[in-house]
Amino acid sequence: MTALSPTLDQPHPYPGKLIIVEGIDGSGKSTQLLLLKKWLEAQEHRVFFTEWNSSELVRETTRRGKKRRSLTPTTFSLLHATDFASRHFHHILPPLKAGMLVLADRYIYTAFARDVVRGVAPEWVRKVYHFAVRPDLAFYFRVPIEVAIDRLLTGTRAQPKYYEAGMDLGLSEDPIESFRLFQSRILIEYETLVREYGLIPMDATRSIPEQQEQMRAKVAQALKGYRPKRGTHGRRTQIFWRRFAVPQSSGAHGQTDRDRGH
Amino acid sequence: MPYLNPRELTGKLIAIEGTDGVGRSTHLDWLQQWLEVQGYGVVTTGWTRSALVSKTIEEAKQGNFIDHRSFSLLYATDFADRMENLIVPALRSGFIVLADRYIYTAFARDYVRSGDRQWIRDVFGFALVPDLVCYLRIDVETLTLRVLESKGMNYWESGLDLRLGADLYDSFRKYQTLLIEEFDRMAEEFGFQILDARRPPDEIQEALRVKIEPILTVSPKTRESLIAQTGNKRHSG
Repeated sequence: MTALSPTLDQPHPYPGKLIIVEGIDGSGKSTQLLLLKKWLEAQEHRVFFTEWNSSELVRETTRRGKKRRSLTPTTFSLLHATDFASRHFHHILPPLKAGMLVLADRYIYTAFARDVVRGVAPEWVRKVYHFAVRPDLAFYFRVPIEVAIDRLLTGTRAQPKYYEAGMDLGLSEDPIESFRLFQSRILIEYETLVREYGLIPMDATRSIPEQQEQMRAKVAQALKGYRPKRGTHGRRTQIFWRRFAVPQSSGAHGQTDRDRGH
Repeated sequence: MPYLNPRELTGKLIAIEGTDGVGRSTHLDWLQQWLEVQGYGVVTTGWTRSALVSKTIEEAKQGNFIDHRSFSLLYATDFADRMENLIVPALRSGFIVLADRYIYTAFARDYVRSGDRQWIRDVFGFALVPDLVCYLRIDVETLTLRVLESKGMNYWESGLDLRLGADLYDSFRKYQTLLIEEFDRMAEEFGFQILDARRPPDEIQEALRVKIEPILTVSPKTRESLIAQTGNKRHSG
């Protein structure tokens, strides 16, 4: 074993913080994470954002597999692990080591829940992801299946995505029904994970601001003693002016707002 | 792989391992001919030849990502695809499967990059144990000459990502030395049949056939995954 690389078993040694959200489609987790990001950025934090299954390489391969109908539970799981390993290496570890904040929309627990429902061994998938950094905060947005389906149907997407509905499992020809069956099983797995990994359960049926308030309280607590690090000068205007003993003015804020666009 | 029943597999799985430049593909061609002449159905499979990810691996090698875990997982995906869509169906139908490289190649490549043997073995925990592993062993002196005489050294075979040496030549030698050391260690651990790849091809082929012959006649043994099945408790489907 290399002593250098951290594992899931213990808290990571890096100065940055990793905050992740989990939950099924329609649980509202992405909305909450976005609002958290806004809040952190308003506090002048530099925030890195990463999401599940986002690399072009893997998406293309998944598409290829879907066309050939040759994806198996194991290859499906390994493809996502590949994508994750690459993001972990490129987008998660560097900012954490540099002392920055990383927000992840879904993390390894998605694989633990979903791949196990698809049919891989729970122990195996945990071993595959053993190299992953343990999050500082992991929120689980708990939602009844009917609420999730309602949100999906009335929301921006008219239908659940192919794999999100578990259509490859042949549970039902109807995407909605398939989603219901597949995601219900995933909900059961998530409950196991809440106990196993101490995910923070959030009542995703409550109003958006209520949930956000609760989330921010937890994050504020976790960030106690956290000293943000920054490389750019753009948002340090206040400190800059103070050094020259010039009274703070609204002009300084105007400058930070402009920088925020990038 | 809880959704597979390895006991139905009546064919034979024979893996040929070894570093680059030991003539694996030539020997596999000859073995296939030899077996088919005797009336055995033969299926061959090779490293990174899966329909699903062979293209992805090529793209990855062009520099889309570089960390060793992503590569190892991509190799595992390639292997899993071939295993489930080719090797297992063939074994079920009683074919002899000749594998050009097997999981041990992934073990060696990951180990020289990570220094950790456990993780990569866990990742490949779903793999079937071959009935026979023949290891074509070569020393780094001979290997270096052979590779230079044939296709030349390339980036990945030289392990340039590891920054082991000042140039291609140095890097190649150091990288292949590490791989050979690890193969030697695994040969003992997993009981490979070791063949001297420096001998003339005819002699090597003859030696391979001598090793394979007895395997063909034994009754199908009880197969298990490489690492004991652990996950059947909750999910049997």
